[in-house]
Amino acid sequence: MLTAQGLACVRGDRLLFKDLGFVLEAGSLLYVLGENGSGKSSLLRMLCGLLMPEQGEILWAGKSIKSHAEQYLPNLKYLGHLNGLKDDLTALENLQMGARIAGQAVTAAAALAALTAIGIARCSNLPVRVLSQGQKRRVALAALWLSRSPLWILDEPFAALDVAATEVLAARISEHLAAGGMTILTSHQDVPIQAKSTVSLSLSA
Amino acid sequence: MNQTWLTVLRRDLLLALRRRSDIATTLFFFVIVSSLFPLGIGPEPAVLSSIAPGVLWVAALLAGMISLSRLFAADFADGSLEQMLLAPQPLAWLVSAKIFAHWLVCGLPVVLLAPLIGLQYALPNDALLVLVYSLLLGTPTLSLIGAIGAALTLGVRGSGLLVALLVLPLYIPTLIFGAGAVAASQHGMSAEAHLSLLAAVSLLSLVLAPLATAAALRISVE
Repeated sequence: MLTAQGLACVRGDRLLFKDLGFVLEAGSLLYVLGENGSGKSSLLRMLCGLLMPEQGEILWAGKSIKSHAEQYLPNLKYLGHLNGLKDDLTALENLQMGARIAGQAVTAAAALAALTAIGIARCSNLPVRVLSQGQKRRVALAALWLSRSPLWILDEPFAALDVAATEVLAARISEHLAAGGMTILTSHQDVPIQAKSTVSLSLSA
Repeated sequence: MNQTWLTVLRRDLLLALRRRSDIATTLFFFVIVSSLFPLGIGPEPAVLSSIAPGVLWVAALLAGMISLSRLFAADFADGSLEQMLLAPQPLAWLVSAKIFAHWLVCGLPVVLLAPLIGLQYALPNDALLVLVYSLLLGTPTLSLIGAIGAALTLGVRGSGLLVALLVLPLYIPTLIFGAGAVAASQHGMSAEAHLSLLAAVSLLSLVLAPLATAAALRISVE
């Protein structure tokens, strides 16, 4: 269970939001809504511990994510604006090494299955450098098929995806939620995701 | 835990292998800078061998430094640094793998090439051997201290120059003991004291630099 209490975010000398709080329980989905520049990405980075909140605290299972990072981080899968892929490695290598750095051993067969699931298997042995924007995004998202972390934090996961891939990803997130996972995401598209409970959090600029 | 460390090392070596021009730049820089001095000064063996320790060490130092800005910049730009920060392993541990990879790619070739360059300076055999020892003990320090500078200047405009300003003063002890070791052996003295001090600086930075680098990276990414 992820709890946020009284969060405030300041970037430069602008206050983006304050007194922001929510409770996210197993199986629920949190939609973060807001205009460009309203602090959606900052909020997500805060929830990962990449950005320190100006005020307030974030708790995972009742413990602060800052002081208990080693217990929190194995439970977290974050995908930001940047794909986190190395241009000179192939899609398969990226996926396997990325999983290994996140603390999970993944066989080539499992990585290939993940790439197949999101429909990019034929590019598995190409260096990521030659792929298109949408294809790169798909490679990064394929990690979700390998992830065993209960909490997913996804920043604009549907950006640059085509209709088919968007559906596949929405189905994967629904499946994750049905299995008792949690997801926090931002999106400018209205994508139907089935969840036990869906909470919307609106940030006003 | 060790598996992750090895993965980071393997990843960085693989990336270096696929971008061989980066390694070549460092090496060529070292070879060319250290070859220019004999050409400029003239073929006087006595003069050359007296300037050799300093020139070779300064060349090694600068060669290591020009590759520093690339140490974290690419990972920062493509988001893989973020993913590393979110890895369950301590960041300092992963960073130490990256620094080791940097040394293998940029430091070790210089160590291996140095005796060859040393021949141009009419260095006697035992001085060449001490040169290799001193570089072997000293170049890891250059990568370790350099990593702190690279992490601090991440995402800053004109970071290349800033790294030099931050890091070069910190290289001074290594330069003094490294060049001192070679000079001592040229004058028939034991280089042991210099080499011991060089090893001490290396060990100290081995313990402290990954921690400082990790802390700097967290600040830079925020």
